[in-house]
Amino acid sequence: MPILIPLIGASLCVLLLGRRRLQEAIGVLAGVTSLGVSLWIAYGVWADGPSTLASGGWAAPFGIVFIADRLSAIMLVLNWIVGAAAIFYSLGGTPTRLARVGHYPLMLTLLAAVSGAFLTGDLFNLYVWFELMLISSFVLLTLGGRPDQLRGAVTYVTLNLVASMIFLAGAGMTYAMTGTLNMADLAGRLDYLEPMTATLLAIPLLVAFSIKAALFPLYGWLPAAYHTPPPVVSALFAGLLTKVGVYALIRSTMLMFDQEPLLVGNAVILASGLTMVSGVLGAVAHNDMRRILSFHIISQIGYMLMGLGIALRAMAEPGIDPAIPELALLGAVFYIAHHIVVKANLFLISGVVYKLRGTTDLSRLGGLARTNPVLAGLFFFSAMSLAGIPVLSGFWAKLALVKAGIEAGQTEIVVASLFVSLLTLFSMMKIWMKAFWGEPHPEQRRRAAKRSLRTMMPVVWCMAIISAVVAIAAPQLYEIARSTAEELIDSSRYIDLVLPPEAERWQPMVAPPETGEVPP
Amino acid sequence: MTLLTSISIGVLYAAGAYMLLGRSLLRMVIGLALLGHATNLLVFTIANPVIGRPPLIEAGQKTLESPYSDPLPAALVLTAIVIGFGLISYTIVLLKRAYTSLETDQLDIITKGDLP
Repeated sequence: MPILIPLIGASLCVLLLGRRRLQEAIGVLAGVTSLGVSLWIAYGVWADGPSTLASGGWAAPFGIVFIADRLSAIMLVLNWIVGAAAIFYSLGGTPTRLARVGHYPLMLTLLAAVSGAFLTGDLFNLYVWFELMLISSFVLLTLGGRPDQLRGAVTYVTLNLVASMIFLAGAGMTYAMTGTLNMADLAGRLDYLEPMTATLLAIPLLVAFSIKAALFPLYGWLPAAYHTPPPVVSALFAGLLTKVGVYALIRSTMLMFDQEPLLVGNAVILASGLTMVSGVLGAVAHNDMRRILSFHIISQIGYMLMGLGIALRAMAEPGIDPAIPELALLGAVFYIAHHIVVKANLFLISGVVYKLRGTTDLSRLGGLARTNPVLAGLFFFSAMSLAGIPVLSGFWAKLALVKAGIEAGQTEIVVASLFVSLLTLFSMMKIWMKAFWGEPHPEQRRRAAKRSLRTMMPVVWCMAIISAVVAIAAPQLYEIARSTAEELIDSSRYIDLVLPPEAERWQPMVAPPETGEVPP
Repeated sequence: MTLLTSISIGVLYAAGAYMLLGRSLLRMVIGLALLGHATNLLVFTIANPVIGRPPLIEAGQKTLESPYSDPLPAALVLTAIVIGFGLISYTIVLLKRAYTSLETDQLDIITKGDLP
């Protein structure tokens, strides 16, 4: 299990807190084996269909189940790609001081928590994984205790704690109304409620997930905190944490709260548009490499949810071609995959820049293209795929989203997304011009850091190669994403998998309301 | 019982939100703690607690008789309390560090560096 391995690794690391080398060895071992196991799980999902695990031997809906369907499998693999990359990168990029106070065990618990969140099939269990993820990220964020880290962490911790409480309250109320916490079971039982009641139950949960996913207007915590921790931690956070929120949003809207897709879809579209625009405007306004990258995360969360919003709205319209919501979700899934790899890599590159020059402030950088042409090339490649230049990975993701948006007749969001793309390109060019082009800044320090670069650069290379593979293998990945989207829309397969056969399921005392669809 | 807890949940949420809106670190911690308590109490109330009716099946019967306390929310709230306790302890330590290293308890000053 990809959750257990890192947890065992983390406990071993805690025992060996003072011994850096041993911790590194355990970290690498746990990272690589977990990546292997997740790949194996993903292969199993595609070959034999989704699999479940009832923990403690209690069958659903009574026990907690773990489910690996296609979306979970994709997210799991991506999680461990970034995780393994971050662990390798830490070998060279982390000062011994941080390793001694628990850098490796915390990374492993964080990765375990994220895997748990992707795999679980139980609403309360999801809450527990969220909390484990939060507490690891809090400590990783403040490890080192510099004043600016503390500044960012105060905002981050407060907002995330409030989000957790909203989530818990939402989960509690959902239990009160339906009597179950199992997601598949919920999906069926919520259909028996009045659609409005179900949507009311959805509001606290969706708000909580939106805070975690850094949606407009709830993203204040992200740019306040993401540029402060060590670069490798930023990369891990940027790649994974908000995506857990996005995953939870997709899962809850597609599986459970599908009673009023039009209302939810409109809200999601509106939020995603505003998120995109405000995020990219923040990126344009800032002048520090890592801050710009943090704001880009926000604007790209907008893209992922744009796919979800288009799909939800299209599903609400009667008689629409079923290929459209499928295409929109395909775009969202593809975008998540592309974004996790590219964004983590951009943060890793900013870490290399920091190592080389001792700063990421654009006004004090320059001329990196002359001194480090390879690094500059890798940055250019990643930045262009983020902006969505044709043939690179971001282009394919945006193509699917834009096409779905136009076919569904939702031109407003398409216009907004293209405009945001342009601004993304603009702010990436700003980094390029100021940091890589031109003359080296006279004040900047030249650090002799050859040794740590030897372990950092291969990781950056690997991530760049993965994103190149994403671009080259786009047709095959489209097919994978398409089948994922298909599975998401047809949630009955997920439900059939988890629950016992139809006849033995819970039956309501009253007939379902007229307005709701007949539950599966 | 349910009415009483409902009223206290409302009061706790209001007080917590009010404290969070304050501009000092200490108020913020208290606000977060109150919100946490309110949420825990909410989940607890969901069990529809009835005094003197534990969810035990009486001897000689097959099912539970109708007014009983649902045991699951109690388990949930126990988990939530433990997690909440850990998070609040961490927050207190964090805010203590922030207070000593930035030498102020005013949130405006602490977070000023981060506003766009």
